[in-house]
Amino acid sequence: MSLADPEVVGFCFRMMKLDFSGLESKAPHFDASNELVGGDGALSAAPSSFQLPITADFDGFQKNAIQMVKPAKGTTTLAFIFKEGVMVAADSRASMGGYISSQSVKKIIEINPYMLGTMAGGAADCQFWHRNLGIKCRLHELANKRRISVTGASKLLANILYSYRGMGLSVGTMIAGWDETGPGLYYVDSEGGRLKGQRFSVGSGSPYAYGVLDSGYRYDMTIEEAAELARRSIYHATFRDAASGGVASVYYVGPNGWKKLSGDDVGELHYHYYPAISSTTEQEMVEAPAA
Amino acid sequence: MSIFEYNGSALVAMVGKNCFAIASDRRLGVQLQTIATDFQRIHKIHDRLFLGLSGLGTDTQTLYQRLVFRHKLYQLREERDMKPETFASLVSAILYEKRFGPYFCQPVIAGLSDEDKPFICTMDSIGAKELAKDFVVAGTAGESLYGACEAMFKPDMEPEELFETISQALLSSVDRDCLSGWGGHVYVV
Repeated sequence: MSLADPEVVGFCFRMMKLDFSGLESKAPHFDASNELVGGDGALSAAPSSFQLPITADFDGFQKNAIQMVKPAKGTTTLAFIFKEGVMVAADSRASMGGYISSQSVKKIIEINPYMLGTMAGGAADCQFWHRNLGIKCRLHELANKRRISVTGASKLLANILYSYRGMGLSVGTMIAGWDETGPGLYYVDSEGGRLKGQRFSVGSGSPYAYGVLDSGYRYDMTIEEAAELARRSIYHATFRDAASGGVASVYYVGPNGWKKLSGDDVGELHYHYYPAISSTTEQEMVEAPAA
Repeated sequence: MSIFEYNGSALVAMVGKNCFAIASDRRLGVQLQTIATDFQRIHKIHDRLFLGLSGLGTDTQTLYQRLVFRHKLYQLREERDMKPETFASLVSAILYEKRFGPYFCQPVIAGLSDEDKPFICTMDSIGAKELAKDFVVAGTAGESLYGACEAMFKPDMEPEELFETISQALLSSVDRDCLSGWGGHVYVV
């Protein structure tokens, strides 16, 4: 009985392939020739002010409301600076409690061709404020005829988040990029924190990712070695942390901007790192003796 | 989080033509942290009777040991194996003994009678039997298993097709559940 036999192939144990095409990204999407249209404030970087709930107990209302808008809670993201630039990686799972609401979330947000943001915490909060940051960075670029520094961009975001402190925003992000001073990496969160560093990991899977990342990190890695370390860290985090999973995406930011290096289904990575060893059949079906 | 969801599990049994299949995942976690990926939730009671225990890991092991003990006593006294229906009643009785401090398990029992008639049933943690003609599910992936089985199940499947169906149902269900997965066990009898 060969595998080429169509009858047999039909019964082959086939893993479901998920559609991850949404995670694909084209080359850096910014176009210098982009025309600015309309002058009615639609392009203003300041978001129109948010309506506040009319209630006597604002804090209590806020506390309850926060619980209703917290998907994308479980996450693993990481970024680190090395000789050649910055490596950024993340998983792609969104969960609500035990339920997996999506396996193809884009957690690495492309702010501009030289800067990436990562997403952990509330999905809407992260997406909105990264988009907003992208606008602010572009306006800075137009006003000053030079790109904003990573330091400046991260501070813009940190200042916004600080102004909403205590109102229930949930953001844990890393801003990674390349500017005139070389590679830059900052950790920014909704509690108002902003840290500069060489190596960060954020999300429920971060303790597992740190374990692999810290033990395997060297400053003088090649791009390939660094990408493999990032991928392996995300894989190990998705293995131990049930709230992380899907695809391990790896981005690299160098002097010429960011590039997506890989996006691998962690299910397939598992067999890559730990090839399946075929074992003897536990028990075979045997013809029962005629009674 | 409910204590039933502390370790995470997915368990399913299906009936075919003169056969049955029972399948489970292999993950054992502590809430979101994966501890092991080779956990056994399905146990063989005898050649034609299998028991799957979803829910809290520690209770499933204790309950399994008590049931094996009682089955061995039955074999000694009666000099034969238990019928699936009898075994289901035994499980039910043992669970109800702990009515006010139950084992945090939801068992699935699947067996073949002497006339090769398949029998499957499930229970809640205090022993309320629920017999089914087609399939039964249990565990944290129970809701998605219902959906998958409802869509994939056909009556009177042969063993090969039953294996494929139950395996695909298990795989697609654990893909929607954080707390179960990392491989599976499938038994066809």
